[in-house]
Amino acid sequence: MTATDAKGAGAQGRARHLDLKVLGPILALLALILVGALLNANFLSMGNITNVLSRSAFIGIIAVGMTFVITAGGLDLSVGSMAAFIAGLMILVMNGLLPTMGPGWPLVFVGMTTALVAGVAAGFINGFLVTTMRIEAFIVTLGTMGIYRSLVTWLADGGTLSLDFGMRSVIRPIYYDGILGISWPIIVFALVAIAGEVVMRRAAFGRHAAAIGSNDQVARYSSVNVNRVRLLTFVFLGLLVGVATIMYVPRLGSASSSTGLLWELEAIAAVIIGGTMLKGGFGRVWGTVIGVLILSLIDNILNLTDGVSPYLNGAIQGVIIILAVILQRDRKAGA
Amino acid sequence: MRHLAYAALAATLAMPAAAQETQVIGISIPAATHGWAGGMNYHAQEAVDRLEGVYPQLDFVLATASDPAKQVNDIEDMLATRDIDALVVLPFESEPLTGPVAAVADAGKWVTVVDRGLAQEGIEDLYVAGDNPGFGRVAGEYMVSAMPDGGQIVALRGIPTTIDNERVEGFQQAIEGSGIEILGMEHGNWNRDDSFTVMQDFLSKYPQIDAVWASDDDMAIGVLAAIEAAGRDDVQFVLGGAGMKEMIQRTAENDPMVPANVTYPPSMIATAIELTAVGLTSNAPVSGEFVIGSVLVTPENAADYYFPDSPF
Repeated sequence: MTATDAKGAGAQGRARHLDLKVLGPILALLALILVGALLNANFLSMGNITNVLSRSAFIGIIAVGMTFVITAGGLDLSVGSMAAFIAGLMILVMNGLLPTMGPGWPLVFVGMTTALVAGVAAGFINGFLVTTMRIEAFIVTLGTMGIYRSLVTWLADGGTLSLDFGMRSVIRPIYYDGILGISWPIIVFALVAIAGEVVMRRAAFGRHAAAIGSNDQVARYSSVNVNRVRLLTFVFLGLLVGVATIMYVPRLGSASSSTGLLWELEAIAAVIIGGTMLKGGFGRVWGTVIGVLILSLIDNILNLTDGVSPYLNGAIQGVIIILAVILQRDRKAGA
Repeated sequence: MRHLAYAALAATLAMPAAAQETQVIGISIPAATHGWAGGMNYHAQEAVDRLEGVYPQLDFVLATASDPAKQVNDIEDMLATRDIDALVVLPFESEPLTGPVAAVADAGKWVTVVDRGLAQEGIEDLYVAGDNPGFGRVAGEYMVSAMPDGGQIVALRGIPTTIDNERVEGFQQAIEGSGIEILGMEHGNWNRDDSFTVMQDFLSKYPQIDAVWASDDDMAIGVLAAIEAAGRDDVQFVLGGAGMKEMIQRTAENDPMVPANVTYPPSMIATAIELTAVGLTSNAPVSGEFVIGSVLVTPENAADYYFPDSPF
């Protein structure tokens, strides 16, 4: 009962401070853009904007899926290792089939299918263990995080898996080319974000996820199939990890045990900066996109300026993450 | 039944006699969590396989640890249950491993420390080390010789550690007064993705970069990809380091962007195991310090540093 009361109070508080809570992440982003533009003239150049948006795409695509998992009251710590494992698998499959299929788009298509199928399967395993086996999402994904990280190290024999050179020039355009000067990762990220926003706001699935995260008992009595929706959030996230990997592999054409390190924490941080509640019940996909951009911009600005010792990069990121969340905190809950 | 019992008894009686002749070398190294460590694991395994044939009286116990705490456990287990006569250890971190390794030395066992020194001096009998200041110095000297008229470079650093600091100091001393100016230095964390990002930002920030000291081959790969994607032709070359086989190969094939390399051989673990085996089995003295120099690899000598079977 107390939990429901707190939720009710939270909803009231949200209505009262609607402006700041919605504007918080946007203001933080605008402030960063202003700081960046003042510090370096190249900051707003087309090249730099393309760089920042393209490199945000991996975490961004994953973070959109993470928004749904967290909204439904779950968490997934395994996405970074999962991406590394899928990247390794994708490279192995393409290298293995290269002699028979030859370099070309059919083989790229096989690689993409591998990534998507592996992503869905990995997401399903996480979701199955969380829902049917009733194990805490934190523990399940902590376990699978270690499993995938070890598997990619093992596949790479401790070194690095590299895509065969003949294949690299074929697959390279997926990261570096695009339409009308906008690179593919940016386009895919935008499409995923728009689809995510629509599903979260308009589709029954989004509302069900929020209802489950808010109170799964009530959701169950309201004839929401709790397990099915929860499982689907994990499968959906796994699929998006596969999509992110398809964007990632063409960039350097390699995967190793250091691929995707800490991506899970960056994705979770972006989701929370964007205004989604870590305990579930409320999710905001466009906020997640802003959160991802804030995180990449901090890195970018620190690289473009000389004033700050690189040793302090992590500290500055931490301060900005906390500030962004303070800007939109629930005053009622603090009182 | 009785025969079986006798056989078992005979076996147990025979065991101590055999054990007296066999000496055990314990090897404790970090797991293959990045390229260099992967190569080091490969060379450790290869050395063990080879030396088991050379010295039938030696037994080897190889343990890889994914963090310092696990490495401490490994070493304690080796001492307690495997009854090792010598320990070859590449410490994950200096501080946490100093106590446990000192305990092995106090138990009267031979201790060989590799690469990363312990926090306290005088524990180990033999110290096989890479030359980090030398690694930076050789790289700096190459930069000076490749750009006699000076130039503007950017540098990528590794994970913030003593190793990285020593390398960077060695590099800075070597280029001092040569007219080579370091425009910027950022941490690429010995990681391809991080260095790709850092290099993209360097390219946005500086309109003219003559060369890059990537200081590591993983980072050099990220740097090269960023330069290629930006389509910049002002960067003349990228100097990596550590001798990854793909990069050594490019140097051997006279790739103008990868004209040289500086070694920091992961095979130093093999040197340490070999010297320890020699010390246990012969009268040849092997105690002291053995510093493995960092060598400049150029197209002329690249073939000597190319190990196609190693993962690194």
